[in-house]
Formats: sequence, structure tokens, C-alpha cells
Amino acid sequence: MTALVRLLRTTAFKIVAVYLVVFALFASGVIFYLARHTQILVREQITETIDAEVRGLYEQYNIGGIRRLVAVVEARASQPGSSLYLITSFSGATLAGNVADVPTGTLESTGWREISYRRTEEGAEAKESVALVRVFVLPGGFRLLVGRDLEEREHIRQILAAPARWAVVVLVVMGVAGGVFAARRVLHRIDGMTATSDRIMAGDLSGRLPVAGSDDEFDRLASSLNAMLERIEALMVGLKHVSDNIAHDLKTPLTRLKNRAEEALRSARTESDYRAAIEATIEESDGLIRTFDALLMIARAEAGQAREHMTDFDAADIANSVVDLYEPLAEEQGLELKVDAAGPLPAHGNRELVSQALANLVDNAIKYGKPEAAGVAPEIVVRAEGEAGSIRFIVTDRGPGVPEADRVRVLDRFVRLEASRSRPGAGLGLSLAAAVARLHGGEIRLEDNAPGLRVVLTLPVQPKK
Amino acid sequence: MRLLVVEDDREAAEYLKKALREAGHLAEIAADGESGLALALDGEFDVLVVDRMLPKRDGLSLVAELRDKGIATPVLFLSALGQVDDRVTGLRAGGDDYLAKPYSFSELLARVEALARRGAPQTADTVYRVGDLELDRLAHRVTSATKEIALQPREFRLLEYLMRHAGQVVTRTMLLENVWDYHFDPQTNVIDVHVSRLRSKIDKGFDRTLLHTIRGAGYMIRDGAR
Repeated sequence: MTALVRLLRTTAFKIVAVYLVVFALFASGVIFYLARHTQILVREQITETIDAEVRGLYEQYNIGGIRRLVAVVEARASQPGSSLYLITSFSGATLAGNVADVPTGTLESTGWREISYRRTEEGAEAKESVALVRVFVLPGGFRLLVGRDLEEREHIRQILAAPARWAVVVLVVMGVAGGVFAARRVLHRIDGMTATSDRIMAGDLSGRLPVAGSDDEFDRLASSLNAMLERIEALMVGLKHVSDNIAHDLKTPLTRLKNRAEEALRSARTESDYRAAIEATIEESDGLIRTFDALLMIARAEAGQAREHMTDFDAADIANSVVDLYEPLAEEQGLELKVDAAGPLPAHGNRELVSQALANLVDNAIKYGKPEAAGVAPEIVVRAEGEAGSIRFIVTDRGPGVPEADRVRVLDRFVRLEASRSRPGAGLGLSLAAAVARLHGGEIRLEDNAPGLRVVLTLPVQPKK
Repeated sequence: MRLLVVEDDREAAEYLKKALREAGHLAEIAADGESGLALALDGEFDVLVVDRMLPKRDGLSLVAELRDKGIATPVLFLSALGQVDDRVTGLRAGGDDYLAKPYSFSELLARVEALARRGAPQTADTVYRVGDLELDRLAHRVTSATKEIALQPREFRLLEYLMRHAGQVVTRTMLLENVWDYHFDPQTNVIDVHVSRLRSKIDKGFDRTLLHTIRGAGYMIRDGAR
């Protein structure tokens, strides 16, 4: 029962049903129109025959008077399949003819009418039938009735009616069958999709919708849903990866924090011991807050939320300003920080985020960009330049660089190469820069600076909507 | 000074009130947006510290309503929503400063004190003086006991900000925000390097120290003799 109800409720079935009703109405209209016209045609033919007969009989009457007319009529009336004839005198007595039981008053007035009658030669038990007759008054008070049986018309009507009824029946049966077939087919495909979706929603993200290979609309729908699932799965894998990393990188400092507090509680003796422990705790929690903020910022940039705060800015201005901020630090570290940015380089985006992304790149260059080999000038260059439709920030250093195999991986969250494990930081700087680039529809690339690292941050001047 | 703390977390509010009292300030607490608005409308406060997410009426609408009614008391927003765009939203709603949770009390105190001074009538000083150090804002000149000190433009602005808040603690983030107009954390303590450079120019070679490091808080410029 429910299966039937489901079938009847499908869109395919509804469409077929509506189509069927419309088509049936149309077909009935055509049949009705045809039948009607055939009848009119038949009637016209009968009228013409009668008219011709009347003309002929009238001529006979003119030639030989009533006697000749009676003789002609009697001769004609006896032939098989003849027309209907009746001649009456002025007083109403039948003079000749093959019609009996004419309704009273038929001969009273002239003109066309349909009457029921019985043929005289067939006797009283003959069945009544319908005829189209014309009544005519001859000079001398004689009345002439000429008519033709309408059996032919009836016959044609029946010939047309039976197939028409059958046609409608066949149409309805085939329509319903077609509807059921189409609906079942659609339902079958949809059921397959629903079942897969249910399984996917239950947590099996690796499931994919069946694609029949017929390249119909269902295949296209399934393909785009599959593409969506692909993306969701990739995101989920990424999310899991990130949450594992978050668990590790937030729990490690939390553990240190807790250990330190416990240690102080257990073994601190003097006030200064306690003070030192508390200060260390605060320092550790500041680091945690910093990591947390960076993570939130990356998440927001990736969710595209920072898009509402986009303004026009000058990329050269940002490069100069960031270098200005980091120059003393670089100098303190024995590095020369140079800037090569001739403005204006107009761009559009989130100025603060772009500044932070560039600051992170410079910060990394200062942390990891010290030359290892002797004789290499310890310099970091920040360049800003415009290209057709985009601006580029290029930060180059003369440090050990990043091995080619790691150049994409380091953009991920919390990835810190072995060489940098001992330095401060959470491994989020490049991830944030990459997230900012993605937010603006740009990209970040790590290249070899032979020796050193060259990081290129490309942003389109007009970010994609 | 008198402060109003609009904060729905009772413990956080009490902690703030206690810490502010220890710093010599009087704080009142409102636990929701409506009562906070009612108290703030009475005036009589030097600075309002307003959490953004509050029951009954959120912080943004509270401050917008205050500004609508023409009350200009300085407002420091306090919020767990601490990203750059949240800041912008807060400042647009009529806030004067924005501090993300979790904050350190010294940061809050420094900002509140800076806001309270801003609320006071401004003296359009063209020359700032601390001890024998003199900064002429129009001539862009810095002299110490008549000896001219050459500063880079950024160093000048850094000193200018410190001297405008002479006698007050100025935190690293306040410097980053007001001198560089950055609201993000530059990871490494770049500000310290800038300050120590400035210090080497204004304090080195003089028998007095004007630029002090306040441990766990930031910096302060003041005449050591006072």
C-alpha cells in the first residue's frame, strides 16, 4: 500500500497523470470534431440526393401529371435500397409510396425534418427507423414526401464511436502504465541515492552516489553531489588532521603549565620560588592564547568571514610598514632587512590580514634565514610588485631554505620542520599566510633562492567574490 | 577614578573590581546589558568596561544607545571575539578601545587609564616635557638638556606616544596599535627592540633614566626625580 502511495506521489507520476488528462481531452476533442464533420458531410449528401430526386419527380409531374408521378414513384419505390416516397391526395389519402406509420402532421407543412417511419413492404412487425424527409406540395393539392433513411449516418457514427472508445481506453491504460513505469524508474534511482545519502549521513563519508553512465539528469546530479562529497570528505580529513594537531599542540603546553604549577606547589619554599613559578605559568598561558588566536584567525580566514572588512590599500605601503616594524629586530639578529617596494601598488583586501601574513613571512625569514655557509651576505629582501591584475610580495632570505619535498607541507597547520623544532613558535605563521592568500583568491609559493628561501605571496588586485 | 564594569560572569567581574580597587580605582558592576545601560545613563563614570556578549542587551547595542543619547564616556570593549574584524565592529558601534579575552589585568589597567585621560579635556600641547627631555611636535625636534637628539620618524612617533602618556603604563600592544596601527600579534617581541633602540638614544649617556620597563606590563616614561 505504502509503495503504491509512494509511487503515486512521485513527481514523475504526477507529471504523467497531468499529461495524460490533457492528452485525453485533446484526443477526445479531435475525435468529436471528426465525427461531427463526418455527420454534417453525410447529411449534406443525403440532402443533395433528396433534392435531386425531388427535382426529377417534379419534372415527371410536369410532363405527365399525377398519374405519371405515381407510376414513377411506384417503380422507384420497389427497387431495393430505394429512397422513401409518399404521395397523398388533397384529402390525405395515400396514392403511392413505400412509407407507412408516418407521424401525424408530417405532411401538414412543407420543408425538411427527421421522422421515424416503417416501410410498407416489410409489414407491421418491421422495426421503426429514422429518416430525413422533405415534404413538398404539388400544384393541385398533392403532397409529395421524399426521404432517405439515416441508417447510413448511424452506421458511420458507430464505425467512428467504437474505435474512439477503444482509443481512449488504450490511451488511459498506456498512460497509466507509462506513468507507473517512469515513476518507478525515477523512484528506483532516487531510492538508490537516498539510501546512499543515508549511509553517508550515518558517517560513512567514503560512500558515493551511483552513476548509471547514461549521462542523464540523474547522472549529472549524482556527479555533482559526488564532487560535493569529495570536497566534504577532504575537509573532514583535514579537520581531523587539524584537530589531532590542535590536541597535540595545545595539550603539550597545557601539560607543561600544569606540571609547573604542581611542581611549584610541591617544592617551592620561598616567595620568590612561587613568584617565578607563577610568572612562568603566565608566560606559558600567553603562548597558549597566542596559538589559540592564530588558529581562530586561520579558521575565520578560511571560512571567508574576514571578507566584509576589505578595503583598498597600497601594497607598497604595507611592505614598507612591515619592514619598518621588523628592521630593528633583524639588525639585532645580525641580518640586514631590505625593502624594495615602489608605490603606489593599489590592491583590495583585508589590509590587516595581508599585513599580518607578510609580517609572518618576515618573522620566519628572521627566525630561520641566517646563512649557514660563510661568505653569504646575511640579507632578507622584501619586495612588492604589481603584475597584470595581481600584486606580489616576495620575501627572500639566505638561510638553509626548505627542501623541495616539504614546500607544500609546511603551509599546513602546526607543521614544523625538524630544523626549527628548537625555536619558538607553533608552526602557524605560514598556515595563516596561506589562509589569507586563499581568502583573497591568491596563493603562496615556496621556491629555492639558491641559497635560501624565496616565498611568493600573490594576491589578485580584485579578490574573487 | 570611577568605572562601570558591565560583565555577566560574576567571578570575572569581582576579580576586576578587586584588582581595580587595588590599583586605586572604584568599580561598580552591572551583570546585564539593561542594568548596565541604566547605570551608564546616570553618568558619573570616567570609563565604562563593557563585555560584548551580555544577557538582555548586548554590549554593541548598549554603547550605540549611549552614544545616541549623547553620552561620550569612554568605553573599553572586552570580548572573547578578538579578531581584527570584531574590533572594527566594536569601534564602529562607538567603543573607544577593544581588548580581547583572555586579557592580562595590567593591559586592561593601562588601557583604562589611557582612556580616562582621553576623556579629560585635552590640552593642545605642542611641546611635551618629561624631566629634561623635550619633544616639539610641530618642529619634529627632540632635545635633552638643550642637546638635540636625532630620531627616525618611527622613533619620533614612538616617543611622542610614550610622552603623551607620561607617567602611565603603556603596553606593547598599545604601542603596536597606536604607533604602527597593527592589531595583530607579531609573534616575536619586535616592540621591545624598537623601545630599546629608542632608550639607547634618549637615556644612554645621561645620568638619569626616563624610559622605564614595567615588568609584566609594558613601558612608562617618567621623570625619575619625581
